[in-house]
Amino acid sequence: MNAVVPALSIQNVTKRFGQTEIIRGVTLDIAAGERHAIIGPNGAGKTTCFNLISGRFPISSGEIHLNGARIDQLPPHKINRMGLSRSFQITSIFQRMSVFENLRCALLWSRGYRYSFWSPLWRQRELNAEADVLLEKLNLHNRRDILAGLLSYAEQRALEIGMTIAGGASVILLDEPTAGMSNTETDYAMDLIRRVTQGKTLIMVEHDMKVVFDLADVITVLVYGQVIASGPPETVRANPAVQEAYLGALVE
Amino acid sequence: MSNSLGKSWLWIAAIGLALLLPWCFYDFHTARHSGFVLSMLSQMGMMIILALSYNMLLGQAGLFSLCHATFFGIGGYATVHFLNAAGDGNLPIPMELIPVLAGLSGLGLAIVFGYMATKQRATAFAMITLGISELMATAALMFHHFFGGEGGVSTNRMIDHSLFGFTYASGIHVYYLILAWTLLATLAMFFLTKTPLGRMANATRDNFERTQFMGYDPRIVRFLQFSLSGLFAGIGGGLYAITYEIVTFDALAAPLSANALLMAYIGGTTVFAGPVLGAVLITLLQSGVSLMSNSWLVYVGVLFISMVIFAPAGISGLILAHRPIMRAGKLGRLLVPYIRVLIPGLALVLGFVGLVELTSFLTIGAAQGKTLTLGGNKIDVHATLPWVISVVALIGGGGWLRIEARYFRRVWDGLMADLKSPSAAPQRAIA
Repeated sequence: MNAVVPALSIQNVTKRFGQTEIIRGVTLDIAAGERHAIIGPNGAGKTTCFNLISGRFPISSGEIHLNGARIDQLPPHKINRMGLSRSFQITSIFQRMSVFENLRCALLWSRGYRYSFWSPLWRQRELNAEADVLLEKLNLHNRRDILAGLLSYAEQRALEIGMTIAGGASVILLDEPTAGMSNTETDYAMDLIRRVTQGKTLIMVEHDMKVVFDLADVITVLVYGQVIASGPPETVRANPAVQEAYLGALVE
Repeated sequence: MSNSLGKSWLWIAAIGLALLLPWCFYDFHTARHSGFVLSMLSQMGMMIILALSYNMLLGQAGLFSLCHATFFGIGGYATVHFLNAAGDGNLPIPMELIPVLAGLSGLGLAIVFGYMATKQRATAFAMITLGISELMATAALMFHHFFGGEGGVSTNRMIDHSLFGFTYASGIHVYYLILAWTLLATLAMFFLTKTPLGRMANATRDNFERTQFMGYDPRIVRFLQFSLSGLFAGIGGGLYAITYEIVTFDALAAPLSANALLMAYIGGTTVFAGPVLGAVLITLLQSGVSLMSNSWLVYVGVLFISMVIFAPAGISGLILAHRPIMRAGKLGRLLVPYIRVLIPGLALVLGFVGLVELTSFLTIGAAQGKTLTLGGNKIDVHATLPWVISVVALIGGGGWLRIEARYFRRVWDGLMADLKSPSAAPQRAIA
C-alpha cells in the first residue's frame, strides 16, 4: 500500500437514480497537489461525480475519503469545512449582492465568523482586506461594489472561481470553468485557475481539450459512469480505448 | 456605519419629525395633545417594528412567512401578564424594560416554531407557517387562562415603577416610550444586516445551495434569522399591549400577519428602510382613510396588487430608481412626463374611488343610514350622473394613462441610455 494518503480517494462508488445506474463503480485516487481533469462525452456522469464527492447527492454504494477521512455520509457544509470546495457548471453566485460581498461571504466560515450576529462586518479590517486582495487577484477590483448579477459572463465565472477558492480549501473541484467563454476569455481563465490553485489539489470537469491538455497532470476518462482510462495526458491520448470512445473524433 | 452614512441625514430628519409631531397637534386651551394623532403615531411605531422584523424574513432571507403576527401577539399577551404581575408588586421591573420581556417571549416562541418551519424553505416553509398561524389562532381561543378567549386580556399600565419616574398616565409619555423602543429595535435590526448572519441570510436568499459549499448550513441561518425576527416582533407586541392595555385575538391572527406582509412589500423589501415607509403609509391609510370611507381595505388591496404588478421593489424601490438620474442632475427632465402621467392617473383613481364609494353607499352605507357627501354637497347614489362621471373618468383616464405611460417610458429609457454612457457611474449595490 502507498504510505501517502491521497487527497481524494473514491472507492467503488455507484449512484442510481431510480432504476438507472449513472455512476457504475468508479474508483479513483487523486494525489495531493495534482491537477486532475475528468473528461468524457455528454452524459458520462462527470457532473454527477462532482455532486457525489461534494455531498450534494448521497452515493448509492462505495466510499469517498478526503485526506483519509470518510466524507460520503456527510452533508455538503461539513465536507466543505473539511477542506473541499467546488464551483458550479451554471454560475452560482449571489446575484443581488455586491461582488465584494460575494467574496466576503465566501471567506466568512473559514475565518471563524460562523453564525455571528454580534460582530459588525465593517470593523473586521483583516477580513475586508482579504476580500479586497481576492478582488485584486481576480482582476475584479474595479467592479467591487457592483451587483454580482450585473457582471459580464466571463466576470461572473471569475467570481465563481474566486468564491470557490476563498475559503482556503485544499481540494478544489471546478465544473467546466471555461464553458461558454471566447478564446481570450478562456486563456485568461486558465491563467487565473493556474494562479489561484497553486499548491492545491485541483479536479476539474472540462470539455475544452486545449484547457485539459494544458492544465492537467492527470486525465481520467469517464464513459457511461465508468473510468476507462486514467493517467498522464500522453498515455491517455495514446490509449486506443479512449481514442475509440471519445478522443478519436476530436484529436484526429 | 461607513457605507450608509450618506443616508443618515434622512434618519435624523425622521427622528426629529417623530419627536416634534405630537407638538404640532397640541391644543393650548386644554393643554392636551391630540389623542387621535398620538395614537396614530404610536401605532406607526409598533407597525414599523412589525414590518421591519417581517422583512428580516421576506426581504433579507427570502422567507415568505405567514405567521409573523404569532410572535407579535405572544409579545402582547405576555406583556399583559407581566404588567399585571408588576402592578400586583410581584415583578420588580420598570416599565421601560417591559418590552425586553415581551421580546424574549417572542424569541422563545420563535425558537420553538422556527425549529419546525426552518427545516424547509420556499413553498414548504410558507405552508408550515400557515399551519402555525392557524394553530396559534385556535390555541388563543382554547386556552382562556393565558389568552382570555374572545374578549382577550386586559391590564393597567400604571405599574408605578419607572426608571425615570413617569407614571405613563398620559399618551405622550407612552408615545415617547414607543418612539425610544422603535428607534432601538430599528437600530438593532439595521446592525444585524451588517453582521455575518445578516449577510449569510442574504446569501441563502439568493442561492442557498452555494452557501452550503461555503461551510454554512442554510438551515441554521434560516433558524437564527427567524428566531431573531420573532424577538423584534415580540417587542412590537409588547408596545401594543402597553399602548392599548388590552390584547385580543386580533393581535396574533392571520390578518395582522397579512398586514405585516403588506407593509413590508408596499414599502419595499429590497431596502432596509422600505418597510418603515410601508408601515407609515398603511397606518395613515388605516387611521385616515378608514374615517372617511368604509371601503378603505379595498384601496389597500388594490394598492397592494398594483405594487406587485407594476412596482415589485415597492415605494423605496421606485424612489431608488431615480437615484442615478438625480446624481446626473437630470431629474428636471422627468417633471413634464410626471405631470402628463399624473393627470390621467388622477382621473383613473378618482373614477375608481367614485365607483367603489357609490356602490358602497348603495349597499352598506344605506344599511347604516349614511349619505355620501363630497365637499359638503350630498350626492344621490341613485342618480345616473355620478355613475356616468365615474365610469368615464375610470375608462377615459385608463386609456389616456396608457398613452402617457408609453411617453413616460420613452423619456425614462432615454435618460437611462444617456446614463449608461461610459462616463456614468455604474449602479451601486443595495443591501
